[in-house]
Amino acid sequence: MMDALDIFATAGLWAAVLRIATPLIFGTLGALVCERAGVLNLGIEGIMTFGAMVGWLTVYHGGDLWLGLAAAALAGAAFGLLHALLTVPLGLSQHVTGLGITLFASSLSYYIFRLVVPVSGTPPTIEPFQPLRIPYLSDLPFLGEAVFAQTAPTYVAILLAFLIALALQKTPLGLAVRIVGENPHAAEAQGIDPIRVRIASVVFGSALMALGGAFLTLAAFNSFFPTMVQGRGWVCIALVVFASWRPERALLGALLFALFDAYQLRLSHVVGKAVPYQVFLMIPYLLSIAALLVMARRARVPQALMQPFRRGER
Amino acid sequence: MSGRALELNGITKRFGALVANDDVTLTLGQGELLALLGENGAGKTTLMNILFGHYTADSGSVVAFGRTLPPGKPRAAIEAGIGMVHQHFALAANLSVIENVIAGTERLGALALNKRAARVKLAALSERFGLTVDPDARVGDLSVGERQRVEILKSLYRDARVLILDEPTAVLTHQEAERLYRTLRGMAEQGLSIIFISHKLHEVLAAADRVVVLRGGKVVAERKAGDTNREELAELMVGRRVARPHRDAQTPGAVALKADRVSVMSGGASLLADVSFEVRAGETLGVIGVSGNGQSTLGRLVSGLVSPSSGSLDLFGHPVAQFSPRGFVEMGVGRIPEDRNADGAIGEMTIWENAVLERIGEKRFSAGGLVRRGPARAFAAEIIRRFDVRGGGPDTATRLLSGGNMQKLILGRNLIAAPKILVAAQPTRGLDEGAVAAVHAEILAARRAGTAVLLISEDLDEVVALADRVQAIVKGRLSPPITVSDADPRRLGLMMAGAWDEAA
Amino acid sequence: MRLERRAHVPLSLAIAAPIGAVVAALILAGLLIALAGVPVFEAYRRMLIGAFGSRLSISETLTRTTPLILTGLAAAVAFRSRVWNIGAEGQFYLGALATAALGSKLGLHLAPLVEIPILMLAGALAGALLLLVPLGLRLKFGVDEVVTTLLLNFVAVLFVSMMIEGPLKDPLAFGWPQSVPILADMALPKLLPRSRLHIGLLVAIGLALVLYFVQSRTRFGLEARAAGLNPQAARFAGVPIGWILVRVALISGGLAGLAGAIEVLGVKGYVTTDLSPGFGYTGVVVAMLAGLNPIGVIVAALFVATMFVGADGMSRAMGVPSFIADVIVALSLLTMLVALLLANYRVRR
Repeated sequence: MMDALDIFATAGLWAAVLRIATPLIFGTLGALVCERAGVLNLGIEGIMTFGAMVGWLTVYHGGDLWLGLAAAALAGAAFGLLHALLTVPLGLSQHVTGLGITLFASSLSYYIFRLVVPVSGTPPTIEPFQPLRIPYLSDLPFLGEAVFAQTAPTYVAILLAFLIALALQKTPLGLAVRIVGENPHAAEAQGIDPIRVRIASVVFGSALMALGGAFLTLAAFNSFFPTMVQGRGWVCIALVVFASWRPERALLGALLFALFDAYQLRLSHVVGKAVPYQVFLMIPYLLSIAALLVMARRARVPQALMQPFRRGER
Repeated sequence: MSGRALELNGITKRFGALVANDDVTLTLGQGELLALLGENGAGKTTLMNILFGHYTADSGSVVAFGRTLPPGKPRAAIEAGIGMVHQHFALAANLSVIENVIAGTERLGALALNKRAARVKLAALSERFGLTVDPDARVGDLSVGERQRVEILKSLYRDARVLILDEPTAVLTHQEAERLYRTLRGMAEQGLSIIFISHKLHEVLAAADRVVVLRGGKVVAERKAGDTNREELAELMVGRRVARPHRDAQTPGAVALKADRVSVMSGGASLLADVSFEVRAGETLGVIGVSGNGQSTLGRLVSGLVSPSSGSLDLFGHPVAQFSPRGFVEMGVGRIPEDRNADGAIGEMTIWENAVLERIGEKRFSAGGLVRRGPARAFAAEIIRRFDVRGGGPDTATRLLSGGNMQKLILGRNLIAAPKILVAAQPTRGLDEGAVAAVHAEILAARRAGTAVLLISEDLDEVVALADRVQAIVKGRLSPPITVSDADPRRLGLMMAGAWDEAA
Repeated sequence: MRLERRAHVPLSLAIAAPIGAVVAALILAGLLIALAGVPVFEAYRRMLIGAFGSRLSISETLTRTTPLILTGLAAAVAFRSRVWNIGAEGQFYLGALATAALGSKLGLHLAPLVEIPILMLAGALAGALLLLVPLGLRLKFGVDEVVTTLLLNFVAVLFVSMMIEGPLKDPLAFGWPQSVPILADMALPKLLPRSRLHIGLLVAIGLALVLYFVQSRTRFGLEARAAGLNPQAARFAGVPIGWILVRVALISGGLAGLAGAIEVLGVKGYVTTDLSPGFGYTGVVVAMLAGLNPIGVIVAALFVATMFVGADGMSRAMGVPSFIADVIVALSLLTMLVALLLANYRVRR
């Protein structure tokens, strides 16, 4: 029993928490921005996959890691634009379009990857982001290892959560996004173009999602393989609900979630053969369902979420 | 040119085969209160939507303060000083008052919202025009009257010089409406030019300087408010002296529907409180009230959709144990829901499917789990014939029917079974005069045939014409009943405002 | 640009929609084939040969069609009543597992004529029960079933993995973990000797016909459709929405579970974690291409199977990654959505 609790005392656990949380933070923030504007983006799983592939491919071909991230963001934005055009001006079902984008982006990423990298024993690797030690702070006992020796994208993700929270609440752009997600007709009556705002939000959000995927290949691991996203995208969708559509809570949710994930990884070593490893792997998904259940009737949903906006229709 | 706030020149707008506005020309002077009068479907809302830029006219132009407006752009209208207060408030319930007001007023690229300056301006406007509201309140928590104030403030905040109000008193109580007229008068005196759309004659005469009457998309008359009266306006609005049917005196029979101290709670909120009424065979009980006072719940209660938390509902003397829509239909209750599109019919299904869905369990329509199409289509064909439903046959998609015809279908599928009780909630909402007359005739025919009719309506004229007795519903409670011969406008107003002791 | 709903959709347009969608998808995918430096027409020709060029390939294509018909029906039935069942993948796996467990030497040991139907039913039941969980969460707590069914896919596959590495492990197998195999005489009879094509295809087609009948002629079909088109109005008319949706979920989950059962009984004989190359997700595309019509599902499933089997052959011959089939199928879903829009709406300036 002490062994199980001892895990919490290791800095390694907390460092892993931040590392595991990073793709979830990007993905959840991305889905959150789309949904605040009123659009559910179920393309997230596919977009994260494609971001992972493109980021990796860019670096594999000699680009530097930041270029890889930029390429991923751009690719994500492109898929976001496709999703937005289909669901906003054309008003197609957000559910089905999102699934289609996931299928399309995933299969396209595997196709392109297979074109470039023929099948072999071990997949080729790249040199990933190294931990960026913050001067002075990273020398602190325990906290230094746990928090201040992360890779650069992790710091970016955390910063982004606060920036997006501030932007949504305090800027005119943020207010425009929010009002479009609550009542697009009201927004239109006040001179805001709901179609443009929704498209922009989905494009931006999708870029963030892709960054989450790219983190997997450029920092967490160092190679790309099919099905590496493993449902993280869906977990992010659940986390948006858990976070009540608030960015600061999304950060918290992702960290909480990553804590469970990091813990179970270490716990499975301690517990060993007694419990099959699959049980531990199931926990993230079951937790996500539990999160949805907990927030089911309580969360304040953006009122126009999933409602297509048609001009001139009241 | 001076003194003219607005000019609409030759506005024409078509929706498919329907000509919503036909070469409409009108002007609005500065500081003037103009009423746009017309019945449902006359084209008033379409015209105002064109003015504000929600729609684009097929031809014609809008000139505001001497400048022609680019069509289809609300932003251009706002910048020219036109503000619109929509009938269904264009507000975001989850945002605060101040956020709703300032959204769209600042450059999207700006780094921060200037809420402090906004608060000062909002307070000044509230003071000047007497529209008090808490700027940090969540709009969803406000009362209807307060929300309308926010709607108006939105336009004033944008320095509107012309204000358009679409049926502003539709959701207000009598007192709130009076207060609004005074506010509008005050604004006009301060230089604002105001157009309001209405179909209520007394309101138009009380609040406006001038009246423009629209009928069938055309301007048919213009009068100064002081130079005309209700009869003339009614005739201009409707065109011909349409005699709406009136009830004859009749002796009612046994009590068919009775509610005894019924309360309905939902999630801690009281929707109906201690409600009692009874309806006899061959009589019509009218329940009047401004929307949002519990009518929907009352309608759902007597339609079998919701059961009481306390108290009992009796059908033909027996208390109802199980509340279910089909159970009620089986017991002979006909139900006309208040929203025909949301509750009354499934647009994508055919007429015959919508005709039999609520009675699909009957032997004639289904046997052994299979639908008996032949009898179902015949049933629908009979309804179409008897109730003059136009627009298609039994296999036509119901969404292709006009509002009036869909309502006739809904009425027909109930009345053809000679129900002993008829519950009609807002049965003529959104219908043109012809359809209204048809619906009223059917309701009266049912009453003549001995049906007990419960009529829930916001339309005072309708209730006074059709009902024998009247009760008012206010905040989930029912007033004591009065006979319709005692129901003068003053009394009805008091009842609807909740002043039941004064009304007695 | 404005969209105006058409009053009537002529049959010609309704049929042109999926055909146009497929053609558009093939054109777009052609760009990707060109990207691989391969002549496009030649590649597509090879795909047709790969799918239909020989007795063996035709049997393979039809074998591949069987699970797709079933998962396609699963999605179509659910979507028609607005139950967003994206969990067919997990339901497939649980169905396969139940069938393998009960049909193996650890299981029932009944006469094949009796046991085979029981095994299929067991598979269907397993899939149905899995879908009832997200449906229950929706009915009781208002939790959207899209995400819950998706998440449960992963849980189900992990559960299967746990079982086939544990209590249901086949001790005689080397390499990849696999479940105990079904007894030899539980295997479904073949439709075509010396091929993998089994009578499961007839079961699938039969079920499609039965579903068509149920949807168009029965009271349940009418009420289920009403519940999907306008739940509020359906409720007003007394349609027992909750009970209807439960039955819809039982059928939908059951079909997906049956797909897994039949794949085990007819093709593989045991369960592995890669038993399904995404049949559950592909079933969604099949359903959409078919316009949610059960008869259409048969045709759409055949098309999708053609893509996958054909691409395998084409890939071997020409070096284009076989993922191109997945891309074509995914693109077909998106183009079908646009095609449906164009069929149902007129575009006005």
